Amino acid sequence: MSRNAQNDHLTRLEQTSIHVFREAFANFRSVCMPWSMGKDSNVLIWLARKAFCGKIPFPLLHIDTTYEFPEMYEFREKAKVIHDIDLIVRVNEDAIRRGIGYATHDPVTVTHELKTVPFKAAIDEFKWDALVTGIRRDEDPTRAKERWFSPRSAEGNWDYKDQPPEFWGQFASSAPEGGHVRVQPLLEWTELDIWEYLRRENIPNPTLYFARNGKRFRSLGCHPITHPVDSPASNIDEVIEELKLTKTSERAGRAQDHVGRNSMQELRAKGFM
Amino acid sequence: MRTSSLSQPVSTSLPSVEDHRKMHVVVVGHVDHGKSTFVGRLLHDTDSLPNGKMEQVRKNCAIEGMEFEYAFLLDALIEEQEQNITIDTTRIFFRTKQRAYAIIDAPGHKEFLKNMVTGAASASAALLLIDAKEGVMDQSRRHAFLLSLLGVKQLVVLVNKMDLVDHAEATYRKIVVEYSAFLKTLGLHAVHFIPIAAKHGENVVERATKMPWWQGPTVTEALDAFAHEDDLTGLPLRLPVSDIYRFDHRRIVAGRVEAGAIRPGDDLIFQPGGRRSTVRTFEDWPGPESRSVVGTGGSASVTLAEQIFVERGQVASHPSSQPRVGREFRARIFWLGKEPLVPNKTYRLRLLTQNVEAVIAKIEKITDASTLESIQADSVPRDSICEVVVRTTRPVAFDLHHECAITGRFALEESGRIHGGGIILEARSEHAQRSGKVTSAERAARSGHAPAVLWFTGLSGSGKSTIAEAVERRLFDAGRQVVRVDGDDLRVSLNRDLGFSQADRAESVRRASGVAGLFANAGNIALVTLIAPLAADRAKARAALANHAFVEVFVDAPLDVCEQRDVKGLYAKARRGEIAEFTGISSPYEAPESPEVHIRTDQVSTEQAVELVLKALDKILAGKGEDWEV
Repeated sequence: MSRNAQNDHLTRLEQTSIHVFREAFANFRSVCMPWSMGKDSNVLIWLARKAFCGKIPFPLLHIDTTYEFPEMYEFREKAKVIHDIDLIVRVNEDAIRRGIGYATHDPVTVTHELKTVPFKAAIDEFKWDALVTGIRRDEDPTRAKERWFSPRSAEGNWDYKDQPPEFWGQFASSAPEGGHVRVQPLLEWTELDIWEYLRRENIPNPTLYFARNGKRFRSLGCHPITHPVDSPASNIDEVIEELKLTKTSERAGRAQDHVGRNSMQELRAKGFM
Repeated sequence: MRTSSLSQPVSTSLPSVEDHRKMHVVVVGHVDHGKSTFVGRLLHDTDSLPNGKMEQVRKNCAIEGMEFEYAFLLDALIEEQEQNITIDTTRIFFRTKQRAYAIIDAPGHKEFLKNMVTGAASASAALLLIDAKEGVMDQSRRHAFLLSLLGVKQLVVLVNKMDLVDHAEATYRKIVVEYSAFLKTLGLHAVHFIPIAAKHGENVVERATKMPWWQGPTVTEALDAFAHEDDLTGLPLRLPVSDIYRFDHRRIVAGRVEAGAIRPGDDLIFQPGGRRSTVRTFEDWPGPESRSVVGTGGSASVTLAEQIFVERGQVASHPSSQPRVGREFRARIFWLGKEPLVPNKTYRLRLLTQNVEAVIAKIEKITDASTLESIQADSVPRDSICEVVVRTTRPVAFDLHHECAITGRFALEESGRIHGGGIILEARSEHAQRSGKVTSAERAARSGHAPAVLWFTGLSGSGKSTIAEAVERRLFDAGRQVVRVDGDDLRVSLNRDLGFSQADRAESVRRASGVAGLFANAGNIALVTLIAPLAADRAKARAALANHAFVEVFVDAPLDVCEQRDVKGLYAKARRGEIAEFTGISSPYEAPESPEVHIRTDQVSTEQAVELVLKALDKILAGKGEDWEV
């Protein structure tokens, strides 16, 4: 693929994402962007800075499960300064006191308790009506049905059978009563687009994605349930070359997706990102 | 989304180089005519499935005691498999050797029409499946109607399940005849009707051996021949304001360029409202360099030279090619709301970033989307199409759909939810019901621009017609009403009685200015190409046209250059004495002293000349703006 054609493609994706950011900021009273520190959410930060000419005009939210890789905490503090981020961090202290953890509980329970519960609590606390997420249509079949602006009910549920029509650049302009709208600027991006854009724009990103001792993380979650994949790709160019050839799914190393045939669907209907 | 425009013909020629832009293709058709099976097969045959997907689905089928079907590959949600229908628009990525695609698999079940609209509105091309055994059904018709309404013009019909009709050409032919006739009533044309058997992969990627009578392309060959959506950068600028950012000392007008292109230094007018300013900078982060131009699809961050009032919803354009501004227009609407669309109820009308209250002032016609028969009713039921008059409480900036689709369409919203969409067919002046003579302001409101006369003067062979034709093309493509008044044409018609004496030349200039004046009165931009060698005659023409914007364009080339070009062989004849009083040879040419535009055609290209002329026209019309705004 020629460099120019590739740049045109990335620029088109970038410009559309910027438009989605701007429409969200113009339409909603109170916007927040959850930040996992992973590659997709780092691209989101970059796009938001482009959309708002340098400074992100809303807070970012990190739901800390306390099971992040140590490198991720380091990266969080570094990136916070580089991007001048207004960061809110939340931990479900109650669940931790109750002893919820990977040593004793199944991944779906832990994900629900340590991610979804504090996430909903933060939404209740701050009354955000729009949340910007890094969901991409190519990630998982259930995500293929998302909209740019996807309403969630007050309970955080996604009624994927009764979604608003979305056409001609007109998005849902208000949240359901008591609920919020998920704004998804990366919907049309693929995993490869993300990496090529990280490279083109030289965006700060954790080094866990690069191979050490023949293994690298392709997707990052809680360390007890996130497994590296076999890969010699030790820098961004090699990762991109590898992705051009691979046909295995990106989330293959994420255990909570594989517990039951329908686990992703269950997690998402309950409000998981 | 493909956008229709007279100036942007659809090309279906094969791209000569590998094409990396992802193309969005919508797949539609009657329920159970095999859409999901087709897409599943397409993914399989183009080797686009993730590793293990086939095996996983086969295993799941075995667990549940079901026979494997290609459709299951798509049916990612359990509900779909239980109901055996597709519930929403899904996007599936695949690629041929030629380029990458996103297939939008739209639902066939009619209660999910809105998902079909969501899918088809973002597609540049469509594949429509018809079951060879069942034939054309109501949704086959309904979907084609929606495609035409949404502006998807590139269509291939797939006559599926040919295996169930013994691969018979006669069955295929019958459907082709019936369905092409129907498409014709919609103004649609299918590039191909391809006989396929999706289940067995026949004519999907691989050519079917069982249908030797089929000489046309396979589905992937036909897909690769589709053209991309038009690049709208050549259209007039339409930059709807998304927001005004005041995060620091800067005041930034943010928006996405929906058509045309914008550059620092451009004069802008913001409609509705009509305030003007000039683009000072683009505030691109991270810098230090900012872009020198933002084309269609680009997000712009603009600072202005003057601190004028600008708000979300306004549309920035160049003063010479503004959108219309009005409160009333005729539109064709598709309605998806559970409650019917009723007259005189207040809805929100969303057109780009504009959001205003609107009512349906009048329902002219309601059409059943499947039978296309008229319905007599005072409200518009769900899933039907209607022609209505829309009236807004505040003025709206818009274009007609055929001029610029992206600014010629809107969504209707109630309680924060979109229930319908429409395209603007015709502007209705609020003065339309008034009696009395039609004013120039009303004409300008209809055409969307003020009239003008561009007068091209210069020696024979200097390039007047060449430049005027190129200017005409640009203006026409931009949706302007434009007409050329050519001296040579007049010579054989209106001026047939005139020769080349000074008196006859004066009369010829007088008549040409009269004709140009009539055209301008009718709302046109008239381009006059006439040697008009004498300054006094041209001064009279300018005076006679004083009511209109007037641009004198001096098309200047040295005599020897013109003579060398001698396109019509006239100089040679004049030198031989066969033509008397030939300008430049045996008759004087008085060069204009202060033309609005002076073009040295021996020094600049036609393209550069066109830019000079259009810039001058912009400038003149900018000064005229207030006279014709609605």
